[in-house]
Amino acid sequence: MATVTRPAAGRRAPRTEWDSHDFPTRHYDLVKEFVIALVVMTLLTAALAAIFSSPDDKAITMARWAQADPNDVIATAAGELAGTTTSATYGAPYNHAAEGQSVLGVPLQKWGGVRIPVSSQDLVLQPLAGVRGDPALSQALGTWRGSTTDQQKSWASAYVDALDKAGGDPAKVATGDFGPVPALAAGLLSVARSGALEGALTSAGTFYGGDQTRSVLLLADGAYLEDTAVAQHLGGDQWGMMNEVGNYPGQPWMWLYTFWYQVKPFSTSDNADAEVWALMMLLTLLLMLVPFIPGLRDVPRWIPVHRLVWRDYYRRHPRT
Amino acid sequence: MSARGSTATAGRNWTVGLRTWVQGLVPSGQALPDRQPVYVASWIYVFGVLSLASFVVVLASGLVLTVGGSLWWHTSSLGHFVNSMHLWSVELFFATMVIHLWGKFWMAAWRGERALTWVTGVLLFVSSIGTAFTGYLSESDFTSQWIAAEGKDGINAIGVGAFFNILNPAQMLLWHVALLPLAVGALVVWHVILVRRHGVVPPLEASAPEPARVGE
Ligand code: HEM
Repeated sequence: MATVTRPAAGRRAPRTEWDSHDFPTRHYDLVKEFVIALVVMTLLTAALAAIFSSPDDKAITMARWAQADPNDVIATAAGELAGTTTSATYGAPYNHAAEGQSVLGVPLQKWGGVRIPVSSQDLVLQPLAGVRGDPALSQALGTWRGSTTDQQKSWASAYVDALDKAGGDPAKVATGDFGPVPALAAGLLSVARSGALEGALTSAGTFYGGDQTRSVLLLADGAYLEDTAVAQHLGGDQWGMMNEVGNYPGQPWMWLYTFWYQVKPFSTSDNADAEVWALMMLLTLLLMLVPFIPGLRDVPRWIPVHRLVWRDYYRRHPRT
Repeated sequence: MSARGSTATAGRNWTVGLRTWVQGLVPSGQALPDRQPVYVASWIYVFGVLSLASFVVVLASGLVLTVGGSLWWHTSSLGHFVNSMHLWSVELFFATMVIHLWGKFWMAAWRGERALTWVTGVLLFVSSIGTAFTGYLSESDFTSQWIAAEGKDGINAIGVGAFFNILNPAQMLLWHVALLPLAVGALVVWHVILVRRHGVVPPLEASAPEPARVGE
């Protein structure tokens, strides 16, 4: 009896008069094929895991940051207070400090909304507020809180500039009108050194942490994270999104996404992130719709790789 | 006869409706046939099954990882080995899937009402990338920190970061172990059902099979 391979549904459009079910068949064992495939893949995975292991570079702790690059912590703290860091000037979803990116004039970033509010000053002030037994620091905090926004900004900006002039070394900063800012920055460094900074930022007010948003933003506002990444060839302009530490394969399937960041106009655009995303969405849609796009769907006919795939069949059924 | 009767009441009886639908998904005898058309004779056909097999290894190693908790692989050598297995099965999964994808492209395997099979394949590719990405964010090591710091700008730029916060590893881990693998798994089932439903696509430019064979 004929095996019915056509779906029972009767509402389909008329199809080509013949299909796979009309061809002669040969013996085939799907289950055996799958079981062998499973065994092979399991053994191969175990072998690769045993030989190459996997990367496990410890996460950077705030204490390590303070240890390795204390001046960077000071500069970042001053920047947060002055409102000049990446997170302070970010825009959605963290704050209203910037318009955010857009594609073809569509402000997608802004439309997402400020749903994860982050005050960059609080990245410094809140951990300091928890410090006990340091009268000088408490006084500095009091002075800061008792001043106008303009005054705060002018102190912090002056200190940022002075640090810049001193090559980033707080010890070499010329005297100036910095108010409590140097004390606050030094205070943050000491909290970082103590190992208490992550806790203060991640689980403020709750026993359970888990949300590292503010810690990562603070860390990323400094230079140390990026320096460490670039030293491992993970920079954004070093195909960083798809690479992994060491010689591990990382995410090679991200090559196209990462590729656009390396070339113009994206490599020099302020809207690169949004544009690359939009482009990738478009390309994905194109890939998905290949069966429906004349020209694209004909490529396999024009470049006859299929003659290799079905060479047995074509040998037995030469074209007439 | 009784089958006829059931079909007649299908409109009213939900159970019959569901049964009819399930039975119609794959033509009878085609779910696990022991014969395939003669032209199914190439190594390229193995890569769909290899993707499936490596996906099973990904799921299994991932499940073992969940047993030990979200930091297990940093503190235990067994955990680290299972973590390595998870990583390498993912690399194999993507390698076999991409070869499968290109194989199907060059075979123009979307012909004859198989477009949806291709579309679900592309959805599989994209959702697998998303799942792998949340995996990298769940490693809780330097890689996670850096990918989070770098990747946030892309996700934020299109407004999605407001809801899908890649700086929040707890959220990412839960996406990685629940919704995303479920979605990929469901797509795999759909994809494979479609493949069995339509049968393996005949060769390009194949001449119509000899009529004698039809209905043999
Ligand atoms: C999780 C990933 C995937 C799994 C587990 C999977 C599994 C399978 C299996 C087992 C088959 C039948 C055997 C074969 O022809 O190789 C198949 C067929 C097919 N796959 Fe996939 N696949 C995946 C991803 C993809 C992708 C990314 C595409 C393309 C974009 C794709 C397109 C197709 C097509 C068009 C067929 C029908 C082939 C035919 O009729 O000859 N699949 N898939």
